[in-house]
Amino acid sequence: MSDRLPSVLIIDENAERASIIEAGLLAAGHSKVTIFDSVKGIAARIAALEPDVIVIDLENPNRDMLENIFQLTRAVKRPIAMFVDQSDAETMQSAIDAGVSAYVVDGLRQERVKNILDMAISRFNAYSRLERELEEARGALQGRKTIDQAKSLIMKSRGLDEDAAYKLLRKTAMNQNRKIVEIAENLVISAGLLGGLDD
Amino acid sequence: MIELTAGFMPLTDCAILIIAKEQGFAEAEGISLDLVRESSWANMRDRLSIGQFDIAHSLAPMPLAANLGLTPFDAKLIAPMALGLGGNAITVSNTVFDAMRVAGAFSITDAAAAGSALGAVVNERAGVQGKRLQFGVVHPFSVHNYELRYWLSASGIRPDIDVDIVVLPPQLMADALAAGQVDGYCVGEPWNSVAVARNVAKIVTVKAAIWSSSPEKVLAMRETWAGENRDVVGRLLSSLYAAAQWCADAENSPVLAEILARREYLNQDVTLLEPALTGSILSGAKLGNDLPFFEPYARAATFPWQSHALWLYTQMVRWGHVVHEAGNIKIAAESFRPDIYRESLSASGAAVPTANSKVEGALAEMTAVGVSARTLFLGPDGFFDRKVFDPDEIEVYISAQK
Repeated sequence: MSDRLPSVLIIDENAERASIIEAGLLAAGHSKVTIFDSVKGIAARIAALEPDVIVIDLENPNRDMLENIFQLTRAVKRPIAMFVDQSDAETMQSAIDAGVSAYVVDGLRQERVKNILDMAISRFNAYSRLERELEEARGALQGRKTIDQAKSLIMKSRGLDEDAAYKLLRKTAMNQNRKIVEIAENLVISAGLLGGLDD
Repeated sequence: MIELTAGFMPLTDCAILIIAKEQGFAEAEGISLDLVRESSWANMRDRLSIGQFDIAHSLAPMPLAANLGLTPFDAKLIAPMALGLGGNAITVSNTVFDAMRVAGAFSITDAAAAGSALGAVVNERAGVQGKRLQFGVVHPFSVHNYELRYWLSASGIRPDIDVDIVVLPPQLMADALAAGQVDGYCVGEPWNSVAVARNVAKIVTVKAAIWSSSPEKVLAMRETWAGENRDVVGRLLSSLYAAAQWCADAENSPVLAEILARREYLNQDVTLLEPALTGSILSGAKLGNDLPFFEPYARAATFPWQSHALWLYTQMVRWGHVVHEAGNIKIAAESFRPDIYRESLSASGAAVPTANSKVEGALAEMTAVGVSARTLFLGPDGFFDRKVFDPDEIEVYISAQK
């Protein structure tokens, strides 16, 4: 094996996540990085590309098909040892937790593969975090809307101003040991059932 | 309460595991089952091997593949219980089906006639550019792959020469068939019924017609884990045995279908699960001795026969997945653990076979056999080509199939 950095193929139907990994690998000096975001005709494409390392997303239901292709390629003298260094249980655990796996050409130096996998793991985790934050932000926005709706319901039915309506919501939430947004949600739902929102 | 994490694939043959949780059988044994749906068999193998799953719904050859060194991990896997008999079918596109009909009459339960009709279609297409048939299976080390290949070969069709066999995930099978990427496939339910309901395919034969009372999915666990948790394994097997009995009761079929259909399990329309669970998938045709399409309980359906493991091994050799050597026979046989099954269930009064192996294909009819406590009915267990597999003559069997 020469000293050049191994070529990496990323198979991920999530193109955005794939490009985040690609960026990380490029920044680390890996110039030969390819992304496949679909598995169409993949056997021929892998054979043409001859990657040293294949990084794949674990949620991909085509993983069984890909492993079969790797096995067939092994039959035509392209040995691919599956997964990364088996003795490194910790890396394996974190790879599976992150949802990523790597397939490696036999004979590749382990520390190089480990760098690539570590990079993929951290980028997968970063992506999940990003998604989670986005989801939370969406939830917060939705929550604010619900609270506004609940406030206006209270203002209408009790003849209170906005500040007093909010205080009533907050007091109820504190008394019941629940979140304001939950109280607001219940109020909006029951008002909907009773036709309060249609007035 | 002991918490166990179990991986399952969204197929009707995960029924026993899901019912053990949903109908309280696991809880009655002090076990809280955390069921995790997986998207590929490779993930299932990895997560079981490194300990993220305690137990897994597994392809029957998976423990053999692991123990024979064909998978990425060193962890030894065992199957102390089977999760039922039968449950697969072979489905082809409407085009292939119509051509088969022209070639010869067959019914879904007559694998020999269906095979010879397919053979005629393959012959017609021989040498015609772009007409070579392509079949899908879910995994190379799967009963689907081995039984499809067995059926084709015994029907005079050479796998990899006359037809191609490719690997596809079950949930994409019907789409691939509709798009013309494959001409047929062998897969577990509901993926045959899904294609039939979409009007893109028809079922030509079923697993139980190719090899009666044959194995499909097993309960897999790490050997070391089973050794350290014998008491838990015993209670787990008792609960799964009770769940299997519940699943076999025809009165429970509607509830079973409703539970499996749920979003967190198969996430399918309930009408697509009924054909396998009620047996209507056979469209009125009968299997010998009323053998059901999928048998979760009767005929020792959960007993892990070592002769099943050994037959699977002969097929792994046949198709080049492993090179035969004498030492492998013991490894393959001991991947299935009837001893643990017996130890776990004998005290409960369950009818448990006293033998670990049987001659596969010896029982042409359902037969009463002497067992530990009660009478047990086994079989029929024949292959459609009337060949017999005697595990004591495994070397002869392996040489004869080359």
